[in-house]
Amino acid sequence: MTTAAKTLSREPGPVLVESSAFDVERLRRDFPILNQKVRGKALVYLDNAATSQKPQAVIDAIARYYQSGNANIHRGVHFLSEHATGEHEAAREAVRQFVNAARMEELIFVRGTTEGINLIAQTYGREHVGAGDEMLVSAMEHHSNIVPWQILCEEQGAKLRVIPINDQGELLLDEFEKLIGSRTKIVAVAHVSNALGTINPIREIVKIAHAHNVPVVVDGAQAVPHIRVDVQDLDCDFYAFSGHKMYGPMGIGVLYGKYKLLEAMPPYQGGGDMIRSVTFEKTQYNTLPYKFEAGTPDVAGAIGLGAAIKYLNSVGIDNVAAHEHELLEYATHALSKLPGIRIIGNAKNKAAVLSFVMEGVHPHDIGTILDQEGIAVRTGHHCAQPIMQRFGIPATVRASFALYNTKAEVDALIAGMNKVREVFA
Amino acid sequence: MADLRDLYQEVILEHSKAPRNYRELPSANHKAEGFNPLCGDHFTLYLDLDGDTIRDIGFQGSGCAISKASASMMTQSVKGKSKQEAEKLFSDFHKLVTGQANGNHADVGKLAAFSGVSEFPVRVKCATLAWHTLHAALEGKQDAVSTE
Repeated sequence: MTTAAKTLSREPGPVLVESSAFDVERLRRDFPILNQKVRGKALVYLDNAATSQKPQAVIDAIARYYQSGNANIHRGVHFLSEHATGEHEAAREAVRQFVNAARMEELIFVRGTTEGINLIAQTYGREHVGAGDEMLVSAMEHHSNIVPWQILCEEQGAKLRVIPINDQGELLLDEFEKLIGSRTKIVAVAHVSNALGTINPIREIVKIAHAHNVPVVVDGAQAVPHIRVDVQDLDCDFYAFSGHKMYGPMGIGVLYGKYKLLEAMPPYQGGGDMIRSVTFEKTQYNTLPYKFEAGTPDVAGAIGLGAAIKYLNSVGIDNVAAHEHELLEYATHALSKLPGIRIIGNAKNKAAVLSFVMEGVHPHDIGTILDQEGIAVRTGHHCAQPIMQRFGIPATVRASFALYNTKAEVDALIAGMNKVREVFA
Repeated sequence: MADLRDLYQEVILEHSKAPRNYRELPSANHKAEGFNPLCGDHFTLYLDLDGDTIRDIGFQGSGCAISKASASMMTQSVKGKSKQEAEKLFSDFHKLVTGQANGNHADVGKLAAFSGVSEFPVRVKCATLAWHTLHAALEGKQDAVSTE
C-alpha cells in the first residue's frame, strides 16, 4: 500500500526537469499509436490541433486507476475513496503548477475548453452583461469562443463586437483600443488561433482591457500544448483549456479563474459535490473549486491529465516549443516553394499550425489524397467559419504539429502534395 | 486498398474543372440551396419545371472536385426528365455510391464514373449533395439542405 500512502501524504507535484537533448525518435516510442500503418503506409499524424496522441504514461495512469484505484471521491470514509480523492486533487495541484496559478481553488475541472467558456458565459456573463452592453471577441475565434457569447448576448440583449485582424492573421490592437469602452463587459480571445496558428499578445490585451476594468477570458486550447503559459504573468481573468490537445485524455479540461471572480460567481450546475448543505428551503454552496464541480467528476480523466502534465514537464515545454517552431519553419519554407500554394496565417508569432490552400484543388480532395498516403491532416473550416470568410475561402488544409513530429514527416507531407498535383494535373 | 484513380476518374476531374450548366437560370421557377457544413461546400440549384418535366437546370457554388463534378453531371443527366425519373435516378445513384448497386451500373449511364466513391465512405456526402439539393428543389422545400 505504499503508493496509496505516498499519494495521501501529497506527493510533491511534478518537478520541472528540462531534458538537455531533445531526442524525437526516443519520444516517439512513448506514443504507441504512432507505430502503425494506415492505408498501407506509415502513419504521419499531423492533426494535433484536433487532438494529440497519448503517451503510454497517460494510458497507464488511466488503466491503473480503473484497475486498482476506482472509487467515488469526496464522500467515502473507505480507503479507496480517500485514495481516489487524493489522486484527483494531486492532479489539480499538477495543473496549478503547470499554468502557475496562485491557488488550487482557482482551477475547476470541466469537460474541456468549450464547457469552460460556457460556464463563464452562463455565470459571470449573466450577472455582468445586460441590455445595451457589449462584449468583444476577435475575428479569429473558434466557434466555441463565439457561440456561447452569442447565446449570452441574445439572452441579455447585449451586442457581440469583433476585433479585426490584418491579412497576416494578426489581431489589430489599435482597433481593439477603439472598440473597447464603457459598455464593454467582457473580452474573449484565443491565446493561439486553431485555424491560423497566430499567438495573440494576451498580456497587452489584458493591460488594455484592465485599464477599462474589463475582464479577459482566454481560450487556451491551442496554447497549453505548445508554449509556456503562466496565468499570473498574463494577468488574464479566466483561462480555459482541454486535456486532449495536450497529450491527456478526452473529456477533461480546466477552467482557471481569479479567486475573487470565482468566489463572487453564482454556481453553474446544481447537484452533488457542489453543495455544503441542502434543505428544501435553502442550499448552501460548497467552497471553491467544488462549487463549480457538480456531480461525480471524471476522476480518471483528471488523473490522466495529471500524467500528461508530468510527461510534458519531463520533456520540457520550452523544448517542445523550440522543436515545433523548427518544424513549422521547415514546413512553411518547403510548402511555400510548391507552385499554387497560399499559406493562410502568416503572423510573426505563430505556433504549430500550418493552414494552406492550393490553387484549383479543394482542401477536401487534398485531404483524401494525403490520407491515401497515410497522412492525417484536417480539412475544412476548423470550426472557425468567420475567419474563413475573412480570407475569402471556404476551407483550408491544416497540418498541425506535436512534440513527436519529425522533419521526415514534413517531407512526406510535401511528397503527398506533389501527388495531389499529379492527380489534378 | 482503394485506388485514387477509381475516385478521381478522368471524367470527374474534367467536369470539376469545367462544370456544365454552371449558371443561374433566369427562367427558374424552383430553387434550392445545399450545404455540406463540414467541408464548406455550398451550391445553389436552379430548376425550370414545366409541369413534371425538368425543362432546364443550372447550378452555382463552390465545393470539392467530387461534389462539383457530381452536380455538373447530374444536371446533364436529369435535363428533360420527369420528376419521377429524376428521383429514380437519384435512388440508383445513391445505391451506386454507397456500394449497394451490386455491380449493376447500367441504369445510371455516365454517372457510373462515381462508382469509386463507395470505396471512400466519407466522400459519399460530397457525391450526393447536389442530388439532395435537387430533391429539395423538386419538393419545393424552402429550407437549405444540409448533408450533416
